[in-house]
Amino acid sequence: MANATAITHAEGHEATSTGLNSRKLLMWAFLGSDCMFFGTLIATYLIYKDKSLVGPFPEDVFSIPVTSVSTFVLLMSSMSMVLAYSSLTRGNIKGFRIWIASTALMGMTFLAFQTFEFRDFAQHGLTPKTNLFGTTFFTLTGFHGAHVTGGVIWLLTLFFLSFKSGGVTPERNLDVDLAALYWHFVDVVWIVIFTVVYLFGVFEGFN
Amino acid sequence: MIQQQAEPGPQSNTVHTGHPTPATYFKVAMTLVVITAVEVGVFYITELGYGIIPVLAILSAVKFSLVAMFYMHLKYDGTVFSAMFVTGVALTVALVFALIGLFEFFG
Repeated sequence: MANATAITHAEGHEATSTGLNSRKLLMWAFLGSDCMFFGTLIATYLIYKDKSLVGPFPEDVFSIPVTSVSTFVLLMSSMSMVLAYSSLTRGNIKGFRIWIASTALMGMTFLAFQTFEFRDFAQHGLTPKTNLFGTTFFTLTGFHGAHVTGGVIWLLTLFFLSFKSGGVTPERNLDVDLAALYWHFVDVVWIVIFTVVYLFGVFEGFN
Repeated sequence: MIQQQAEPGPQSNTVHTGHPTPATYFKVAMTLVVITAVEVGVFYITELGYGIIPVLAILSAVKFSLVAMFYMHLKYDGTVFSAMFVTGVALTVALVFALIGLFEFFG
């Protein structure tokens, strides 16, 4: 059989002519393109945030201490995600369940912080309709929140699948590897948003 | 400095050169927390003025790189994956500056 033909190994992984797993390659291609998606949203935010004719403005609504805590939670979720993957590859399925459930819980905590923040902003009179800052801010952080929500659903699906025979196994660790890549990507996007949107947004030294 | 303690990677036909140990993952996490704390600390130094932009940009880039290299395993996986992601990031940076420049000078 030609080398280009994919064959199935005993471990359940497919061999390809490139030597690279096609699913993983697809995930990296998706992440590279998703970078550009968020890049356009960040650029749009930066272009329009100072062009609002009426308030509230970033310095009126942002709370750096609160956002720092939610950033900390998301960073820690990345660590627990990688520990879940590490546990699985070592054959420790119980450890995998604990760490992936922790990751999903921290993801939900981050979403709770975001919901609290959005409600707080609305009480200050900032909604997507209020001004250009509100429109671009809610679009950017809303899409990031949607990515986190998708990630939490993915993680919980893997958690529940791990109780099913053959659902999540050390041999099929690629399923978890792909979810982990997605989760870490959500984390690195937030690293940029925290700096560019929040810290640059309210730094008093610019005024 | 984060010590590189590697263990054999999981069985897969993906090119692996070994994955870090949980201890390394923990050190990376602590480094990320410390950098975030420094970022917030620097944020309150108003005397920096516009000087805060390169400082925070570098700290953010370091955090981004640590997660990509150690948690996303780019440091240990095949270079094709790194090339794909780095290309995406490079295009994103170019896109952001191009859009800002476009609206700044022609908007």
